[in-house]
Order: sequence, then C-alpha cells, then structure tokens
Amino acid sequence: MSDSVLIRLFVNGEEHALAAPPQRTLLEALRYDLQLTGSKQGCDKGDCGACTVLVRERSATGRGEPILACITLAQDAQDLAIITIEGLATPAGLDPIQQAFADCGALQCGFCQPGMMLSARALLDRCERPSLPQIQDALSGNLCRCTGYTKIYEAIQVAAGLREPSSRAPVSSEKALPSDQVAYAVKELLP
Amino acid sequence: MSRSSHHERGDIGARFPKVDGAGKADGSGVYTDDLAFPRMLHAKLLRSPHAHARILNIDVSAAERLPGVIATLVGAEMPAKYGVIPWTHDEQALATDHVRFIGDEVACVAALDERTAEEALRLIRVDYEPLPALLSAEEALAHPEIKVNEKAKVGNITKEVKLEFGPVDEAIATAAAITRERYQYAGSTHAPIEPHCAVARVDGDGNLTVWSSTQIPHYVHRELARVLGLPPARVRVIQPLLGGAFGGKSDPFSLEFCVAKLALKTGRPVKILFTREEVFYAHRGRHPMAMDVTVALDAGGRISAVDNKILIDGGAYASFGLVTAYYAGQLLTGPYRFGTYRFDSKRMYTNKPPCGPKRGHGSVQPRFAFEVALDEAAEKLGIDPIEVRRRNFIGEDVETVNGQRITSNGFLKCLELVEQASGWKERHGKLGPGRGLGVAGSMYISGTAYPVYPNEMPQSGVLVKLDRSGRVAVFSGASDIGQGVNTLLCQIAAEELGCDPREVTVVAADTDLTPVDMGAYSSRVTFMNGLAAREACEKLARKLKAAASVRVGDEIELELGTVRGPRGSISFAEACQLAEAAEGAPLSATGGYRTQKLGGNYRGGTIGASPAYSFTAHVAEVEVDEETGIWKVTRIWAAHDCGKALNPTLVEGQIEGSVYMGAAEAQMEEMVYGKQGLLFGPSLLDYKIPTSLDTPLIDALIVESHDPNGPYGAKEAGEGPLHPAIPAIANAIHDACGIRLRELPFYPQRVLQLLQARVPGQERRTAC
Ligand code: FES
Ligand code: FES
Repeated sequence: MSDSVLIRLFVNGEEHALAAPPQRTLLEALRYDLQLTGSKQGCDKGDCGACTVLVRERSATGRGEPILACITLAQDAQDLAIITIEGLATPAGLDPIQQAFADCGALQCGFCQPGMMLSARALLDRCERPSLPQIQDALSGNLCRCTGYTKIYEAIQVAAGLREPSSRAPVSSEKALPSDQVAYAVKELLP
Repeated sequence: MSRSSHHERGDIGARFPKVDGAGKADGSGVYTDDLAFPRMLHAKLLRSPHAHARILNIDVSAAERLPGVIATLVGAEMPAKYGVIPWTHDEQALATDHVRFIGDEVACVAALDERTAEEALRLIRVDYEPLPALLSAEEALAHPEIKVNEKAKVGNITKEVKLEFGPVDEAIATAAAITRERYQYAGSTHAPIEPHCAVARVDGDGNLTVWSSTQIPHYVHRELARVLGLPPARVRVIQPLLGGAFGGKSDPFSLEFCVAKLALKTGRPVKILFTREEVFYAHRGRHPMAMDVTVALDAGGRISAVDNKILIDGGAYASFGLVTAYYAGQLLTGPYRFGTYRFDSKRMYTNKPPCGPKRGHGSVQPRFAFEVALDEAAEKLGIDPIEVRRRNFIGEDVETVNGQRITSNGFLKCLELVEQASGWKERHGKLGPGRGLGVAGSMYISGTAYPVYPNEMPQSGVLVKLDRSGRVAVFSGASDIGQGVNTLLCQIAAEELGCDPREVTVVAADTDLTPVDMGAYSSRVTFMNGLAAREACEKLARKLKAAASVRVGDEIELELGTVRGPRGSISFAEACQLAEAAEGAPLSATGGYRTQKLGGNYRGGTIGASPAYSFTAHVAEVEVDEETGIWKVTRIWAAHDCGKALNPTLVEGQIEGSVYMGAAEAQMEEMVYGKQGLLFGPSLLDYKIPTSLDTPLIDALIVESHDPNGPYGAKEAGEGPLHPAIPAIANAIHDACGIRLRELPFYPQRVLQLLQARVPGQERRTAC
C-alpha cells in the first residue's frame, strides 16, 4: 500500500484535513474520507458528470464553476473552495433548483441529479433567464439515463421563474368497439 | 376541487411529488455504494481475457501473500449453477472450468482497500486452453459441435419457439400487397448511471445480509441461499436506493455471491463496486436480432398475414432468454388485428456478454421490423400510415390471434392525439426535402401473468400497519428503481385511508421485513403491487370507519388526516386509536396480487399473457442532410394509454425516459465487438448515449382507458412507450428522403449509402 500525504480540503465552508495516498481523487476523498456521499461516481473517467462539484478560488466570491471530481486529484483541490450537493441547501431549506427538481418530477433514480443540479445552479448563477438551447448546452456534460432530460429542463425553467410546472391533464379514451374475431387452430410447429 | 388541494392530498391522479425526492435532491439518499461498515473489505473480480477457453488451473497463492489481502475466492468454493429462470441455471459466480466471454468472472480478492485488491488480481495465475469462439448467432448455428454453454440441448440453441395461428401461407398467396424484408437490430445496453454494487455482512449468529443494487431482491434472496447452501431464513437481501436499472439489474450477479461468500469466509463486511467497464460486461442488454418479416395486406388494407423468422444472439448465458424467445413472437399481436400469424424464433448462445431484458424486453426489435414493414405495405396500396393503423385496430375486450386477452385499449385515442399534435394531416409528406414525419404504434404487457418460478403464492404482497400516532407504515416488497412506486404506495394509502401522504412510511424491498414481490421487471409493479396495496388499505379503511362511526356517525368521509361524519369530525390519529381499542390489538392488514389464469391454450400460450396491455403511438419528426446522411430527430410526440395515471408527473417521466431510450437506439447505441470477441470501448465515452444536445424534444401525452382490472384502472407506463420510437423515426426518414432503413442504428453512413443508391424519382415518398 502506498504512502499517504496530508491533504487539506475546504468543502461547503468547512476545513478538513485527511491523510490519503497521493493518487486519491477528489471524488474518493469526498465520498470515502469525508463521507460526503452525495457526489456520485458513475464512471470514474470524466464521461458522465455524476461527480460534478462547484469550485472557485478561495478568495473569490460566488459558488464557482462545475468541475469533475473523479478526474481531479484531491491534492490539486487544496486551494479551492468546493461546494458539493450537501452544501447547496441552507438551514432555511432546499435551494430553488433542488426544490424545482423535486416538484417537477425531474428526479427519477436520482443518481445523475447531484451533478445535474450543480451544473444547473452554476448556469443560473451566470445567466438568470437561460434559453432552452443555453440550458441544453449547460447540461451536455451530465448524462441522465432516466428522464430524457425533459423534466430537467422544466425544473430549471421553473427555478428561474420562467414557467409553471407542467399540468397537462390526461385524456380519456372512449370505449372502442371490438373488431370481428376469427378463431384459428394453433399449430405448434415443434415437437 | 382546485388543482393545488388535489396535489396536497396526494390521492390518486395527483401530481404528488416523489416521497424520496428531497433525499435525492439534497444528497442524503443512500445508494448501495454509499454504505460503509467498520472493518469493511473491498473486493475485485478477475475476468477472462479469452472469449472462449477451458480453465486448466487457477493459482491464487501469490495474491494471498500480498500484504493487505485478506482472502481470495475461486469458483470451486461455490460451484452451484444459478440463473434467474429455474429451467436455465447455466452460470456460476466464478467459472470453475469454462469461460465463455471476455469479461467472464474467474476469481475474486478481498483486501483492505480497492487498490490492493486490484494489485492482487495481477498476481493470480490462470492457465487457459483457448477454444474457438462463436461471435454471432449465425456462427453459433453453423457450429453445433462447439458448445458455448452445456445447458443447450441442441447445438447452441437456448430456446426455439415455432407457432402458427391460422393458414398464413394461404393468406400470403391471396394478398393485395406484401413486403418481405430482412431487418437487423443491433445489441445495446442499459447503461444505468449507477454501476452495480453489493455489500455483505454476517452477524454473530451467522445471519447474512446483502445490500445490492438489484431490481429483484426476492430472486437474489433465493439464489444466494441456494448457491451458498444456506437456509433461506438466514439470508436477508436489502435494496437501497437504486441509481437506474432498465432491466440491467434484474438477474442475480456474480458480485452478490462473491461479497456474500467472502463475508462468510472472513467474518468482515465486504463490498464490490463494479467499474464502468465491468457494467458493460455484466450487460443483459438488448439482444441483437435478425428478422425475416413478411407482412401481407388484403385489398382493404387489413393485415391478413404476418410471418416472422427471428434469429437472436443471446451471448454466453441464458438470463431471461427462454422468455426472450417467446416475447419476440408473442407480443406483436396488438394493437392491430392479425388475420393469421406465424413466428419462428431461435435464441443462440454466443461467446459475448449475456443479453437479457432491456426495457421492452424481446419485443422492441420485432416491433421495429413490423411497423416499418406495415408502412411499406400500406404505401403500396396508397394508404396513409395513420389510416392503415386505424383500420387494423383490434378493439377492446378481444382476444388476439395468439389467444391473449385484451381488456381496455386506448390506441385509437393515442393515434388521434399524435396525429393532431404533430399536425400530421397538413405536414406529412409535405415538409419539403430532407424533412419528414413518421408514425408507429405498439402494445406492451402490464406484468406477466405467471411468476418466474411456478408457485401458488401471491406475486406481490403489502402489509399496512397503523400506529396510534396516526402514522401509516406500508411494508412492500416492490423495488423502487426510480419509477416511483414508493410514492404511489403513499398515494394509495392517502386515497383509501384518508391519511396525509406525508405521514406514510414506506419500508420497501427488504426480504426480512417486507412481504414478497417478484421484482421490478415486465412492467408489473404498479399493476400488481398497486392492487395488493389497495386491498390492504381497503381492509383497514373499513376498520377505521367502523370504529369512528361510534363517534361521528355513519357515512364517513376520510380525507387528508380528517375523519368526517354527520356528527362531527375527528383526526385520523383519533380514528386509529378508536380502531385499535375496538380491535384489542395493533392495527394492520395485508393485501396480495393473486395470479390469474390467462393465456392461449397451447404450449407457451401463457408466455406473453398479461392481465392488461398498454398501448402507444408516436409521431417522430426528422431532418436529414441528404449530402452527408447526417440526420436529427427533432421532436417526438408520444401518446400512451396507461389505463389511469395514478400520478401524471411520474407517468410522463416514464414516457419521456422511454422515448429517449428508443430514440437513442435508433441514433447511436450499439455493442460493437472485435474479431476476438473483445467489446470495443466499454466506457460512456465510446459507447455513445445521448446527451441533452442529442435528445429530441418530447411531448408526453397521457391517454386513460380505465382498465377494469388494474388498480384504479391503471396499466403500465415504463416500457411500452419505448417501442414505437425506433420505427417512427425510420418511417419519418422515409418521409423525408424516400429511403427505408432496416438496420440499426441508423448511422449517417448507412443513411448516406441508401441515399446514394436511390433511383431518380425515389427522393420523396408519395404523399397519400
Ligand atoms: S464519475 Fe463520471 S464523470 Fe466523474
Ligand atoms: S434520474 Fe436516473 S440517471 Fe438521471
């Protein structure tokens, strides 16, 4: 087993120190050392976006920009202020993005969602009233396999105050007459 | 009633937010890999580098000596064969003497951390004797002397089904229009964003608990006990939150057996988390199929015969393959009436990762072929594609040509909605060069009539308990895999008991605590688990009313935490207390879904039989660049008859996710293998799945046909709406530029080849 190094991380406003092998990724450090398991691992290769977190220089203001924690070394994140999904809500309640995702049914299995919501948060932080193409563009690094993205767009638009949650009513079908039936003998073609 | 109060109440039909939504939104929800236990070990699997080989010897001694390694495991320590279907137990957790694909599991190491376990794998010596590999269904058919899997009785055939309903050849001989073509469907995989994960722990009394990202806790429970030789009462399986499945987590997997065995061996908790690459080897995805389809129409445009010869590439193990061979034929016989029908379907073992049940199991491929063939045949008669589908509508309360009973059927309404929403009449055939619209329909089951292993017990059970605080606890075996069944259970409790849906606890998918449910497959959960829950809640509502009537009089209404009668009202909690006093014991009730006798009266006639069928129609709109073959599906209108939308938001979510996944298969998804049987690019970069930029706009339209047997009239919504996406896109591309795509996926180079082979005059289909 490899030798450990000391790593300091500043996550959700708290300072942490941990000892880990130098190749420890930021995602592993968050999930397994700091028990911040809200950040998900879908591929560990930078392909899916489930591990997205927001980072900024410690001296900067705002929430920062999305990065992929699975392809960032924990060591290299020591100068950054990191926000994970656990840091998005405040004691007053969920962030409007989180609330809208829950209200609009944008969450199915939920596995892509921490990354998706952080990307969405970063979008709304830099652009208050995004167009649909801007939303699509901002989410293009976050794969979702459940939703077809449709309700995710809706949730972001709701969070931005651009629309109301969908409320289309189901349509009833009339009783349909049976067509004429012919019964045939079935042939089983195998012994 | 105003919209918001209906939603607050969370009763049937409300757009009630998911009960686990907040936990998923704030990151506090616990998925399997989020679990950690003191002293937990991490294990890794060694996999075969050969597509087909005999194992001569496995030596783990060097691995065992590596510092940090706690235990190793080889197949001989648990050689029993297993499989989800009791008739095809054909896999081992770790191969003992025969590996059947690149990625087949051979040995396992548990260590203090993952990296050490991985390092130890490199120290395991396995001597292989390579065997010739069969990498396609055609090869497997041509070489019966090479045995991929000993379970095959004849050659490499997992299962063959041949059935004929009526005089097919006669009908073909007298047809007014015929299409006879070969269609090729590529294999694809589920790619849930959560990789498979399992954790096992053994307590001091020898009870084993396995947490697993499975959609079938009950079958995992059965197979674990059998393979490990433990009494089933000593094994507990718990499904934590699940990060997507789509059928890809509905088999027992090697990792579940390995963590369990290693926990037993070491006395310590053990975890295995698949890498993304390993998820591709676990596979169980869409079967590649080659289909020779004949569709015959009579002069009136009615379907007089359908004949389908299907060759299925199954991969190394059977999985649900016995069922796949049947579904490929049995599920095609609606929403249209077939005059006569014949199919011959053969599933082959091959040396590739095993195929299995991907969303729309077995029937997505033949549906694609048939719906394209129907379009083509109708074109020969000059009938509009929507009109030909309307004309052949099978109706309600009818039996299909293969003896399946259809109850409710809202397909006509689905067609009408997508026709209107897409502006079909004004736009089909008239959009100008390179743009087009296409339509397709489909039908799917709401659960299979019979459980995977024959038994007389209920297929789904629910236990509901009322506390004197007014808290309702629902114990249900069903798996919430993101589709939202836990939320539906709260809504059913609110509907029947009048409790506040936020005051319902759902305890789900824990084999020690919850009644058995067969699992989240075949679109059975809402239908069967929903009926079981309603039955249990109805029983309790009767007790509550009887007890409360003493206080508030008869003719009681139960609504959102209040019990109202002619003589006043009391709180739900007070009613619970009165009822508990009257009962003299804690209040609880159970409900079950009992298997109905259904299906055709012939061998195999029960497979594909379902208590209710859902129906779907799609119209897709595409743009094709005729210079390059690059095309784009810009929008899909999908109308789905789900019987009754217990929660329209959740139903729309299922429709949208299905449409996305269907469109993805048409556009880009394919499991591609090299000459040696190596899967190319087992990553989410190389195996392309659509991002937000590749996904069309989706309009989910819900049709309610109010099924007489479903819970509150409900039928399935999770799989049916995938089917028409692929043929609707193919038909739209035909409308746009006159070509017929018969091979998936519709890569631009395939489109371009067909465009270049066009004869003058074929540029546009003739508008009818
Ligand atoms: S885990 Fe997939 S991008 Fe990081
Ligand atoms: S909600 Fe399941 S992957 Fe996005």
